[in-house]
Amino acid sequence: MKHILLGDEAIAQAAIDSGLSGVYAYPGTPSTEITEYIQLHESKTPAGIFCQWATNEKTAMEAALGLTYAGKRALVRMKHVGMNVCADAFVNSAITGVNGGLVVVAADDPSMHSSQNEQDSRFYAKFALIPCFEPSNQQEAYDMTRQAFDLSEQLRVPVLMRVTTRMAHSRAMVNTTDAPRPQNNRSLPENTQHFILLPAFAKRNYADLLAQQPEFIRLSEECGNNTYTRGTNPKRAIVTCGIAHNYMQEAGIAQGASILKITQYPLPVALINQMVADGAEEILVAEEGQPVVEELLRGLVPSTVKLKGRLTGDLPRMGELSPDCFAQSEIRNQKLEINTVVLPGRPPSMCQGCGHRDMYTALNEVAREYNEARIFGDIGCYTLGALSPFHAIHACVEMGASITMAKGAADAGQYPSIAVIGDSTFTHSGMTGLLDCANCNADVVVLISDNLTTGMTGGQDSAGTGKLERICMAMGIPEEHVRVVVPLAKNMEEMKAVIREEINYHGTSVVIARRECIQTLKRKARK
Amino acid sequence: MKKDIILAGVGGQGILSIATVIGQAALAEGWYLKQAEVHGMSQRGGEVQSHLRISTEPIWSDLIPQGKADIILSLEPLEALRYVPWLAPEGCVVTSSVPFRNIDNYPDIDQVYAAVKACPKHILIDTDALVKEINAPVQAANMVLLGAAIPMLGIEPEIMKTALQKVFARKSEAIVETNIRALMAGYEYACKNL
Repeated sequence: MKHILLGDEAIAQAAIDSGLSGVYAYPGTPSTEITEYIQLHESKTPAGIFCQWATNEKTAMEAALGLTYAGKRALVRMKHVGMNVCADAFVNSAITGVNGGLVVVAADDPSMHSSQNEQDSRFYAKFALIPCFEPSNQQEAYDMTRQAFDLSEQLRVPVLMRVTTRMAHSRAMVNTTDAPRPQNNRSLPENTQHFILLPAFAKRNYADLLAQQPEFIRLSEECGNNTYTRGTNPKRAIVTCGIAHNYMQEAGIAQGASILKITQYPLPVALINQMVADGAEEILVAEEGQPVVEELLRGLVPSTVKLKGRLTGDLPRMGELSPDCFAQSEIRNQKLEINTVVLPGRPPSMCQGCGHRDMYTALNEVAREYNEARIFGDIGCYTLGALSPFHAIHACVEMGASITMAKGAADAGQYPSIAVIGDSTFTHSGMTGLLDCANCNADVVVLISDNLTTGMTGGQDSAGTGKLERICMAMGIPEEHVRVVVPLAKNMEEMKAVIREEINYHGTSVVIARRECIQTLKRKARK
Repeated sequence: MKKDIILAGVGGQGILSIATVIGQAALAEGWYLKQAEVHGMSQRGGEVQSHLRISTEPIWSDLIPQGKADIILSLEPLEALRYVPWLAPEGCVVTSSVPFRNIDNYPDIDQVYAAVKACPKHILIDTDALVKEINAPVQAANMVLLGAAIPMLGIEPEIMKTALQKVFARKSEAIVETNIRALMAGYEYACKNL
């Protein structure tokens, strides 16, 4: 069957067609649509698929490992920085190995369209010593996801699928199978010690994983996903990884060069050796993200071979690639240069009528009453409070850091020290930080801007909805310092009074500003 | 046949619906398609764009190289100008003339129009006035704009109509009918003003 699918949707459909039993994930751009697609389609499968949202990437990864322990096939997906959150479980899942197929999808975001960094998830595959796929188009995304499940079961290790924003969020025609595979039956592992990472057992498991490495390389060389084509001028060679292949072809710079197209890792050493044996004197490495392959090649090709890529400045060191990165100057010169107007940027902003806006208005007014109030922000729509007109936050680093950074600053004597965090981010990674605050009664105000959803990624369920007060009290915050306000203009004076009172209280307090996200509200009204 | 189209606008204006209808039409014609979208943070009232490529031959890149776009299709005049570096020398700018002012430093609108008119081929269309004329809601502006691009797209109006019907099928008949009226109003405007 032919469909127009996003790269994300192609991966999701492939997982369904591979006999998936569960998808575990926390929303994160550009990978959210994988879970959403499965949620939309799982009811059409004979056995159904577990597809509820997880609280964070670590709980997702661990639950998926448990599902595969029971012999079934699991998919975990996340944005690249989610890999950091689940890294402990991810890296150790390579040591335990898997019983059913386990595929981890990491969606990287070069150019930081919706992220705080452009880390390259291929490092994680190398770090964990497992195979990694990097499809170059939507059809490959579909086909390789199915291969990845089979390979994971065959090798009994998790397999990483690395995509980038342009693959995840670009549509193309995809041919899908008419014969989906049924789900695995439940079956417990024969060797239970493999899942017990006591040092004595872990040493054995790690040795097993190391012993598998030559096999992983052999598969990369022989699987057909990595192709080497000797050019008419093999002195020039181009190594392309994933979608960089398309940009290189679009720019038309191959011109007789040998081409090594890589979509499966570890690197196919034999194909690289062949490229060198064919006389490659200059190798251009085109890869999306960080110069992972360029660095690795330095150890694989003779020093007389000239390597060109992101490290050497032949391609930009940061940002996503495009055909223009490869294009010759004459193509660039054809551009129209007619704009006579200076074009102002149009940054994203919080929606008109959003509760975060009223929350920031109140918070800003109270904060100005103090000499040097510092507000530590977090990840979500409310991060936009950093921009005009609010200029409200002084930090935003990663999920949950608002609370713990505010605590650390308070430990140093900062007062007032205020954290602003969304409800979903709070349950993702803020709760443990609040426990740290409560245990030493840190002089911190934690303002939870509760819009009852995971807003920035499009309104997914939020794990703590209806439970926030009880969670905060259970962490040890006194009931009288867990305050709830409704962020509306008409409540401005009350909100300010509550925030002021809690700043003046020298201990840990929580103010929950609760009003439903107007986007999810609108969507409900339409139904 | 190959058309490279840059769709532009402000988050929430409905450029992805335009892309979906063109994609449906391309599917009906049996053409290849690639369409890179922007999701996530940039959707919140910020600038949004999508690269849409349709072709009878396989397509390599999801992104259109600079200087190669056949059409810039924009729901906002300032946003249209942002992508002029992608426009081919013989390419056409089709844009709504209705400014979306959610920034303090929005430039003088006459300068914006002058820059659009400086493009060798352009259609500047008052989508607000046109939807009012045909008694359609302002949300139909995106279909007016799509209609205005039909002559440049190399897709017959009837095929585009069918694609629109298919895309909007799960909505009410009245919505489908309104959007088809908007599409055809845009088409007629372009035929008269090209």
